[in-house]
Amino acid sequence: MTLDLIFFLLLSLIAVATALGMLLGRNAVYSALFLVLNFITVAVFYLLLGAPFIAMAQVTVYAGAIMVLFLFVIMLLGVENLPMTEVLPWQKPLAGVLAVVLAVEATVIFLTRARPAGDVLPPEESANMVESLREMGIMLFDQYLLPFEVTSILLLVAMVGAIVLVRKEKRVH
Amino acid sequence: MVPLNYYIVLSAILFTLGVVGVLIRRNALIIFMSVELMLNAANLAFVAFSSVIKSFSGQIFVFFVIAVAAAEVAVGLALIVEIFKSKRSIDVDQMSSLKG
Amino acid sequence: MFQAESTLSGFFFLAPWLVLAPVIGLLINLVFGKRFSEGLVGTVASLASGAAFIISVLLAYSVSANHGEVVRWRLAEWIHIGALQLDWTFRVDSLSTTMMLVVSGVGTLIHIYAIGYMHEDVRFKNDVGRFRRFFIYLNLFIAMMMILVSGDSYLMLFVGWEGVGLCSFLLIGFWYELDTLGRSSWANSNAAKKAFIVNRVGDFGFLIAGFIMFWALGSFQFDEVFEAAEGAAPGVILAITLLMLVGVAGKSAQIPLYVWLPDAMAGPTPVSALIHAATMVTAGVYLITRSAELYTLVPQAQYIVALTGAVTALFAATIAVGQYDIKKVLAYSTISQLGFMVAAVGMGAFVAGMFHLITHAFFKALLFLSAGSVILGVERGHHHAEHAHAHPTGKHSKGKKKEERQKQPHEEEGAHFDAGDMRNMGGLRKTMPVTYWLYMIGTLALAGIFPFAGFWSKDEILLDASEHYQVVYWLLSIAAFFTAFYMGRQIWMVFFGEPRHEAAAHAQESPRVMTVPLMVLAFLSVVGGALNLPFEGLHNLGHWLEYTLHEVESLPLNYGVAGISTILAVAAIYVSWLIYGRNPLRRGEIDPLKRRLGAVFTGAEHKWFVDEIYQAIIVTPFRRLSQFLADVIDWRFWHDWFHEQVIAGTYNWVSNIALNRYADQRGIDAVANNLAGITQWFSATLRKVQNGFVRSYALSVLLGVVLIVGYLILK
Repeated sequence: MTLDLIFFLLLSLIAVATALGMLLGRNAVYSALFLVLNFITVAVFYLLLGAPFIAMAQVTVYAGAIMVLFLFVIMLLGVENLPMTEVLPWQKPLAGVLAVVLAVEATVIFLTRARPAGDVLPPEESANMVESLREMGIMLFDQYLLPFEVTSILLLVAMVGAIVLVRKEKRVH
Repeated sequence: MVPLNYYIVLSAILFTLGVVGVLIRRNALIIFMSVELMLNAANLAFVAFSSVIKSFSGQIFVFFVIAVAAAEVAVGLALIVEIFKSKRSIDVDQMSSLKG
Repeated sequence: MFQAESTLSGFFFLAPWLVLAPVIGLLINLVFGKRFSEGLVGTVASLASGAAFIISVLLAYSVSANHGEVVRWRLAEWIHIGALQLDWTFRVDSLSTTMMLVVSGVGTLIHIYAIGYMHEDVRFKNDVGRFRRFFIYLNLFIAMMMILVSGDSYLMLFVGWEGVGLCSFLLIGFWYELDTLGRSSWANSNAAKKAFIVNRVGDFGFLIAGFIMFWALGSFQFDEVFEAAEGAAPGVILAITLLMLVGVAGKSAQIPLYVWLPDAMAGPTPVSALIHAATMVTAGVYLITRSAELYTLVPQAQYIVALTGAVTALFAATIAVGQYDIKKVLAYSTISQLGFMVAAVGMGAFVAGMFHLITHAFFKALLFLSAGSVILGVERGHHHAEHAHAHPTGKHSKGKKKEERQKQPHEEEGAHFDAGDMRNMGGLRKTMPVTYWLYMIGTLALAGIFPFAGFWSKDEILLDASEHYQVVYWLLSIAAFFTAFYMGRQIWMVFFGEPRHEAAAHAQESPRVMTVPLMVLAFLSVVGGALNLPFEGLHNLGHWLEYTLHEVESLPLNYGVAGISTILAVAAIYVSWLIYGRNPLRRGEIDPLKRRLGAVFTGAEHKWFVDEIYQAIIVTPFRRLSQFLADVIDWRFWHDWFHEQVIAGTYNWVSNIALNRYADQRGIDAVANNLAGITQWFSATLRKVQNGFVRSYALSVLLGVVLIVGYLILK
């Protein structure tokens, strides 16, 4: 049992726990905050896997921007608590069963079909951040230029769409 | 040295939890958040693979996923606000007008 | 195949015109006749018949110019199927030209006579428009008879045979809606039907003979049949000849199929003369003569034929003695004389038979036409007497009489007047002298008095009979006695004594268009004997027919036989004078022979009840059987029960109950309706999946994913 492994297990425990917390939380704000914690945990995972840039991007965008947005909307709409009437009685059990099955299937597929070689990089080998960062940047603008540009347009479209959606309709008198 | 399989299993668990969240919760926002969780689980798998094969492609992919997720959240939340304006509730069970 | 004309001189190419000329005549009258006057219609028909006669003369001349060589002139292909190869071929030889001459010659004379006769007859019967139809039928008859006598094969002969039977039917039933007295009745059409049906029985025999002939001998053509017959089994030839005798009995009115001929007197008198005296009834005699080579092979058949003829001759003669109708006497006389002819050709005396055929045609036609003249004369007298009573202003002109006749139809007065009944006649010698003398000539010829034609021909038959079969000779001699007797009786009753009715008292002579042809016939009846005199070198007919028949008996005159027959004839006439001539019959008096012979005479008068016997044995059971078959079997069983109950009922049951109720309603409809129901239920159930909840949709997505991934894993 190496240190990596212990650390990994600890972090994964936290990740799963926060995910469950998000799922089971009665209050939407609590769920959001749990999710924030989950994201941060995952960011730590990224660091462990030698993807610092992605880790920072995760924290900045996901945890910082997206979740804040969520919290804004939750507060705005004031929908922390919801009534408890359940109209689909078989939903929960069935969902649980199917989810377990899915988990099992996913694991089985990955482990039997996709057999990647080896283990993940230890963190110390990804210490040269500047170099790796530069390489990633070059790759981004070199190989993946088109997706990059398209993504920028996508963001533009999303912005415009969001504004259009909430705009009040002009009433014609 | 953490074997790749552990990351895979973790990713699968997180993904499943996200699926459960989509199916169980009635609050639209929580459902949305579960979707984000699923995306996250996928991202984790990407980065894990990228680390094993020592290529940046996985990370680039995650980069794009994050960008798209952001855009998606923006539009989705706008929609939810709109729905709330007309229905006064974000309980998905109350949005069942398309019943047959 | 016809022989190359270059090797023969003559007019053989005219052969088809024998048939075509009368056909053209009848077509002209058929299409244009309505616009013609009566005279023109009659002239066209007579010219057509006359053309046939001229052609017959030319053909006879051609035959003699070629020394009697047989010429077969092919007109067209007929039947070429398998073993049967038959054509429309005209056979021109001495025998057929003889028949052609008789038929067309006598036929033309009768056509001319008929112009005058029918002119008056259609006025007596009040249907002037029917004049043209008569001549169309007469021409058709000539055409058919020509086919019969000039045919080169039995089948072509049979076509003519049937055709003349048809014409006989049409002409006997010419006044189909009346009876002989002019009243509305079934009588005439019944007579026509009787003729046709009885002839059918004869034709049946002919047909069977034809079938056997083809089956055993392989052909219908005369030469081929005769050649094949020599090698055939005698039983086959016997069957053929005897069955042909059945046909002859039908067509030539022998026992037992003669019963149609007396009834056929219902037709107009020219018809009786032409068809039932001179020509059609002789077709049977011609048939046997043509089949000479077959009959000579089977002497047993010859004996049967001869006996049939002889018995018929005597039987009919006895009936003729008791008849009162002038035409009926002549009808039975015809049957009797046909018996003579059939007996002759049966014995193998073909020349004698043909000779008598020719002379009989002359004097019998003469007698019938004269009888027609007598009947019309009495009719004229009857009308004259009627209108003299109704309008006692003296003599009327002919035109006025017609008008008055139409104004007062004589059917309204009491009992109908029968102009043919000899009991209404008497003393016509004074009022119709021309007719009287003509009738006398005919009578003397028929009775066989020297030197008239009948003497020579009848004598030759008797001579041949005495050489061959004694029985036949005695039968025929007795028949000859009766012949002279009943003809004498007729003469005394009709022309001598006092008129027994006003009609006879006022009788008028017939016009020249009628009497002139009679004079021609009378002349022929006198000199006709010259055709075949029984002296060396004068057997003209014998020599002539020798070309065709090859074996001809030409017997010299036997004074014994001739003497006996003359004595018998003269004695018969004397006896008839004793009974009828010395004390002529007065009005209302019973026939003196009836007084003397009582029941025997009644039997003869009633034709020995033969018709009644046939009615009881054949006709009535047949009627009952057909009634039974029609009513019970056909209607009640087949229609009512079988069709209605069984077929219609079953069909109804099947369609209504089985198919409609069970199959259709409960089966198919149920399926169709239930199909809709099932679909409805199915869709109603499935509809519940669309509950509008997003979460359940997402669940189903997850379910699908799980299933697919599971499948991929397990694959």
